[in-house]
Amino acid sequence: MLINEFLVLGAVLFCIGVYGVIARKNAVLVLMSIELILNSVNINLLAFDRLHGSNDGAVFALYIIAVAAAEVGVGLAMVLLIFRNRKTISLDDLSEMKG
Amino acid sequence: MLLASGVLATDIEVAQTVGFGIIAALMVAAALNVVLSKNVVHAALSLVMVMAGAAAQYLLLAAEFVAVTQVLVYIGAVMVLFLFGVMLTRAKLGKDTDLNNNKGWALGLPISVLLLGVMVYVLIDGFDDTRISGSGAGKIGSTANVLLSDRIFSSYALPFWALSFVLLAAVIGAIVLARKD
Amino acid sequence: MGWFLEHAWLIPVIPAVAFALIILFGKRMPRGGSEIGIASMLAALVLAAGAAYQWIDHVNASEGEEAHAVLTRWEWFRIGDLKVSIGAHIDGLAVVMLLLVAFISTLVQIYSTEYVRGDRRYTHFFASITLFSAGMLTMVLAPNMVQLLLGWEIMGLCSFLLIGHWWEERANSEAALKAFWTVRVGDMGLLVGIGMLLAIFHTLEIGEINEAAAAGDFDSKKLLMWAAVALFIACIGKSGQFPLHTWLPDAMAGPTPVSSLLHSSTMVVAGVFLVARLYPVFHIGLDMNIAGQHFNLIAVIGGITVLIAAGLAFVQNDIKKVLAYSTVSQLGYMMMGLGVGAWTAAVFHIFTHAFFKCALFLCAGSVAHTGSHHSFDMKKDMGGLRKKMPITFGVWIVSTVALCGIPFVSGFFSKDEIIDSAKHNDYKVFYIVGIVGAFMTTAYMTRATYLTFFGKSRGGAEHFEHELHHDHKESKDSPWQITVPLVILGVLALFSGYLNAAPFHWHWFEKWTESSIGLPLGEGSFAVPHPPEFSWAAAAPGLALVAAGFAISLLLCKAVFGSETSPLRGLTTRNPVLGAGHKFLVNKYYLDTLYEKIIVHGIAYPISKAAYWTNQHIIDGVVNGVGKGGRRTGDLVYKYIDQALVDGVVNGSGTTARGAGGALQPVQSGKVNMYGALLFGAAAVGGLVLVLVNT
Repeated sequence: MLINEFLVLGAVLFCIGVYGVIARKNAVLVLMSIELILNSVNINLLAFDRLHGSNDGAVFALYIIAVAAAEVGVGLAMVLLIFRNRKTISLDDLSEMKG
Repeated sequence: MLLASGVLATDIEVAQTVGFGIIAALMVAAALNVVLSKNVVHAALSLVMVMAGAAAQYLLLAAEFVAVTQVLVYIGAVMVLFLFGVMLTRAKLGKDTDLNNNKGWALGLPISVLLLGVMVYVLIDGFDDTRISGSGAGKIGSTANVLLSDRIFSSYALPFWALSFVLLAAVIGAIVLARKD
Repeated sequence: MGWFLEHAWLIPVIPAVAFALIILFGKRMPRGGSEIGIASMLAALVLAAGAAYQWIDHVNASEGEEAHAVLTRWEWFRIGDLKVSIGAHIDGLAVVMLLLVAFISTLVQIYSTEYVRGDRRYTHFFASITLFSAGMLTMVLAPNMVQLLLGWEIMGLCSFLLIGHWWEERANSEAALKAFWTVRVGDMGLLVGIGMLLAIFHTLEIGEINEAAAAGDFDSKKLLMWAAVALFIACIGKSGQFPLHTWLPDAMAGPTPVSSLLHSSTMVVAGVFLVARLYPVFHIGLDMNIAGQHFNLIAVIGGITVLIAAGLAFVQNDIKKVLAYSTVSQLGYMMMGLGVGAWTAAVFHIFTHAFFKCALFLCAGSVAHTGSHHSFDMKKDMGGLRKKMPITFGVWIVSTVALCGIPFVSGFFSKDEIIDSAKHNDYKVFYIVGIVGAFMTTAYMTRATYLTFFGKSRGGAEHFEHELHHDHKESKDSPWQITVPLVILGVLALFSGYLNAAPFHWHWFEKWTESSIGLPLGEGSFAVPHPPEFSWAAAAPGLALVAAGFAISLLLCKAVFGSETSPLRGLTTRNPVLGAGHKFLVNKYYLDTLYEKIIVHGIAYPISKAAYWTNQHIIDGVVNGVGKGGRRTGDLVYKYIDQALVDGVVNGSGTTARGAGGALQPVQSGKVNMYGALLFGAAAVGGLVLVLVNT
């Protein structure tokens, strides 16, 4: 099999995720798009792992899964907190950082 | 052109390529649904499909342990978290027209297409006909997992510890953030 | 061998399990978990005593040859070829420390059941203090540097929890943080040192490191020196040596039993223990040769600490702070002893010091608990408690005498041998430091004793006197949970010194522990000299100074604090020279000021300021500048071109340029999507540029 099959699939998923991060307004959906991006990176890592025949890529993929789980936990906790304080999770309404 | 054994190898790979193609198409379709759907729950369920597809691809890449972890952690745990997130923030369960930015697509589309173009060009340029050696079947088995765990607990032991610390911090952080006082 | 020696690894495991039990079930127990803690410490004490007994047998059985350490090890984890073990390394030093820690912890926990009774975090207190002991026991047993580090850090964490036990008061939580961070500065040294030891000796096993160092089996002495320096920084932090001693007195913010445990047998002794444990590394590595003068850096730091801390003890009004500085000073003696080559004497001083310093702290706690309404201020709330709290007073006096080094009491045998060794091993300056330190010790302890137990009752103590009057009682001491540990410690403060009494040629302690030194005794380039023969003539100058210290201090105390109208009273406020000295001491030689104002502000403040400046001027400036520039271009365009040409065709150009300024405004929109778009857009453009450049 061509390695490019996997790599291009990863690239496509990555860009779909990027589109989601930019275009979505709902915070939960943005987090989902980030998960898409992380998954595409994992596919890449495992493809390269297979190419080089070492286990390093798999190790990193596992670590990324763990970090992603932590990220979702904290991210959703933040979303809940925002929702509790402001009754909305629309990212358009969260612009205190405006310069 | 190819030697006999080479022909045999490509014969086997045809099945894999077809399988890959079907799963990849499903994944891309589901991923598009994640970012385009007007229904939050549908988006979440599409994400499940992408992740299940990714697990299948990991199996094609002979990384069965990562595939199992993917199913357990992502589909089992992370998705439940997402659904809870959807529920607790009282998002509309049906169609919701307020999910996208007003002009989000105008910004998102060019950027992601540009990114995709650059990446695909680089990939084709760099890995034109690089092949993944043989089929994954030979590597699947308990030895691969033994090697993987050896790797994690020897050369990558330090990141492993750091990671356990990150998880601890995340657990505490999530509790502190989300609890009601 | 023997069951106890081979199963010594159980000793830290028991309190560690007890900690988990207290955390999980403590609140539901009838006594709030304290019974689990005390039971676990008693079990550890029994095991440690068994191990000590069998170790003595083991030493006697080895018939003049060096008694080998008993190693019980399991593989913990492996990194490449390096195997890291976990288990127990039992030898004379470890046995002494095990016994000491288990014993003192047991007594302190019994004492605490009364002292912190009714506290809102009673269960947590016992959980932390049990884990603390477990940490110290783990460290003491460590067969390799990684386990040692583990125990060391557990102690650091628990000391933070315990010092900040009453964190509702800001001062307490700040003291806890200060202790934690100061020790942390030192801990960096420990990490670096362990790494360097691994690089030099290719192993982390303490026994192997010691053997290799003693055999001269290393490539470069310079590298060994830096490793020893790094490790010694850790010891300085942990054991409160100059210049990192400033956290120790602030750590008095914790409950008194904690201070007592921290300052007698655990925490602060850990640094001294590390030097004793890796003695070959320190003895060889830190052996300096400057201007033809051989000396050991440890002795220098120890000697400075002895005097600096003793000086500070004079101006404290808080009884616990006097004891804290006294601890620092005594730790200085231990370091000095190790530095001058008196290994046995220094370790023996750890042993005797633990008993009498623990007793002193517990006495201070007893006074505050019963006699002075929870105040530790000697000048305001104490005085005249001698007859009202006879048991506490008795133990205090015995322990003070032991601390000062009066003959035939425990402190004398250990401290005198350190001083004597300094003289004998050509450290003349440190001999003088030693006897001057002894003089100062006597003087400040006399002052503290006078202020607490003699003279007129003041403040809280006066109140206590009225209560006694009301109840028609002569005296009222603390409850048995407090007095029983006090009496036990008092007895040990009197007699523990006889285990190694040089004047009587009793050298049991030396015999039991000397195999832990790791270096040959006697003559030789790296050898440790034999302890000198005791003679009363050699001890006489020190004893004379001790007597002088007592007499001078007593006279001064009587003159200053005895009467209201004394001309000496308030001398420091009237005499500018004395006043300046007093102020210098009260401000702790301005070291805290140096650390906080100059070092922390001097380093952290400019960094944060520079970062802020960069943010304000450069980053903001670029963004604003581009915006403003665009707008200005627009203005210029509008003013000259538009106005000059007055043409409908170019009418739009002004607004376009103005729009360019406005276009950069959304960069700082504060919207997450926008930031995401910028991030990925920049990545895409960056990628594109790279592709174009490379093709």
